[in-house]
Amino acid sequence: MSGAIDTLRLTAEAAMGLLERGEVSSAELHRAYLDAIAERDGELHAYLRVVEEPEPDAHGVPIALKDIIGTKGIETTAGSKILEGYLPVYDSTVAARCKAAGLPFLGKTNTDEFAMGSSTENSAFGPTHNPWDPTRVPGGSGGGSAAAVAGGLAPWALGSDTGGSIKQPASLCGIVGLRPTYGTVSRYGIVAFASSLDQVGPTTKTVRDCALLYRVIAGRDPCDSTTVDVPPVELPDAEDLRGTRIGVPRELNEAEGIEPGVSEAVKAAIDLAGGLGAEVEECSLPRSVEYGLPCYYLIAPAEASSNLARYDGVRYGYRAPATTRDELYERTRDEGFGDEPKRRIMLGTYALSAGYYEAFYGQAQKVRTIIAREHAELFERYDVLVSPTSPTVAFELGARTANPLAMYLSDLLTIPSCMAGLPGLSIPCGLSEGLPVGLQIVGPQLAENTLFRVGHALERALDFDFVPERLRPVAA
Amino acid sequence: MAIEREDVLHVARLARLALTDEEVERLGRELNAILEAVGKVSELDLDDVEPTSHPLALVNVWAEDEPRPCLPLEDALANAPERAGDFFRVPGS
Repeated sequence: MSGAIDTLRLTAEAAMGLLERGEVSSAELHRAYLDAIAERDGELHAYLRVVEEPEPDAHGVPIALKDIIGTKGIETTAGSKILEGYLPVYDSTVAARCKAAGLPFLGKTNTDEFAMGSSTENSAFGPTHNPWDPTRVPGGSGGGSAAAVAGGLAPWALGSDTGGSIKQPASLCGIVGLRPTYGTVSRYGIVAFASSLDQVGPTTKTVRDCALLYRVIAGRDPCDSTTVDVPPVELPDAEDLRGTRIGVPRELNEAEGIEPGVSEAVKAAIDLAGGLGAEVEECSLPRSVEYGLPCYYLIAPAEASSNLARYDGVRYGYRAPATTRDELYERTRDEGFGDEPKRRIMLGTYALSAGYYEAFYGQAQKVRTIIAREHAELFERYDVLVSPTSPTVAFELGARTANPLAMYLSDLLTIPSCMAGLPGLSIPCGLSEGLPVGLQIVGPQLAENTLFRVGHALERALDFDFVPERLRPVAA
Repeated sequence: MAIEREDVLHVARLARLALTDEEVERLGRELNAILEAVGKVSELDLDDVEPTSHPLALVNVWAEDEPRPCLPLEDALANAPERAGDFFRVPGS
């Protein structure tokens, strides 16, 4: 049977059907994906390491995990040389939940170092390539998980999102990504970047797959006191959007730098939503977009500089040769961290240092309040807000690596809702220049079911083919 | 508000990063550009706005004070770059 599995097209839901009907075993599915990895991952480099043998009691659909997610006994590097060889001695809660659901691990996927980046080019272990066009980036930081799912190397995968690291790669790779409401998915055992923003979420081929995987991972965890109770996850099946009020924030849809082809595809999807019965109206987020990015690039590096203080060469990870303790810390960190973590540690340390704290970090926290308020006001009138996920389609490898600020702009449209802890779903809504465009659907806190319902209805109507064009079988 | 070389060295010292000369020069340049961009937040008059440190309004999540097994010693030391008996080993000075 496994020879007949089309890993490029098989959804997780369809794979569950095969398992339930006994047409294939979990081990056969696992093997089929390992075969696909052997065939195509040389080109894509979605995986940092592959798990050859599934857990003996696994009985579900295999899954890939971003290498930010701690897995007991399986090397977890966060894409950094400083964690090379690190073998967690316990499972993260999300990994444990996947195991409890019987999902065998396919492997750990590539990520920008410590999830800092928008292209996966900051990985210490080399970049991942976009399955639609290997000369282009898959987005980041979760480019490995997105490329694995889009390239048929995993039926579904988990990523983590701080300012767009699930949604933006999903957009650039033509698949579905959910950044859940802050606090719905445990961060226990996840390599920390910016703790008030980090959130784990699914990367999948369809919205229904996304809901199915979210159901596995969401819920309160005694090991993470920032988690909350989550409403039961509903599998979406409605085909229309009657009664749904959709807001189209001007600033998110007309921001400078949005490519015309992206705008066009998103507008067409919004028109389609109107055709499905939704009430669509333009609205405004006057300060959230303009000040969101600056706010994020103060708060996230500040929290990162604190979180990354733990990498000192003493208890785990890389250690540089040294004769004194100070030299041990300083050389370990200089040699172990790549350019982007160093940049953010320096920026964050500066923003938190005496004399600058109020002007930078304190002020950014107040901007965060403004962003949350602006969104809350809109959700009194709208069920969801829509916009492009990324201003551009996948860009060429190397195009933004020389200019950190240009790279940071990749997350212009995903960051505002992240700052307010809101859930956001990205679904593919068309092509521009032969590359996927993502539609971002943002809702109020804990409104994942609404996002799934809207996303599913639109996905059906859009009928986007998630198999990259160049990988589709040529018709005879 | 430009960052000078001494500022870069001071912050690197706080962050325990032994930067190379090339890094000090490059990071100084990059930090100036980034700070100019993010300094935009100071345009807003937010004196009467409360700061948000966390997106959820959670306070005091309590747990029962019940002893549970902790990480076994061997596990805690499993990833140690260097150990001496039951301790992490580091240079003496």
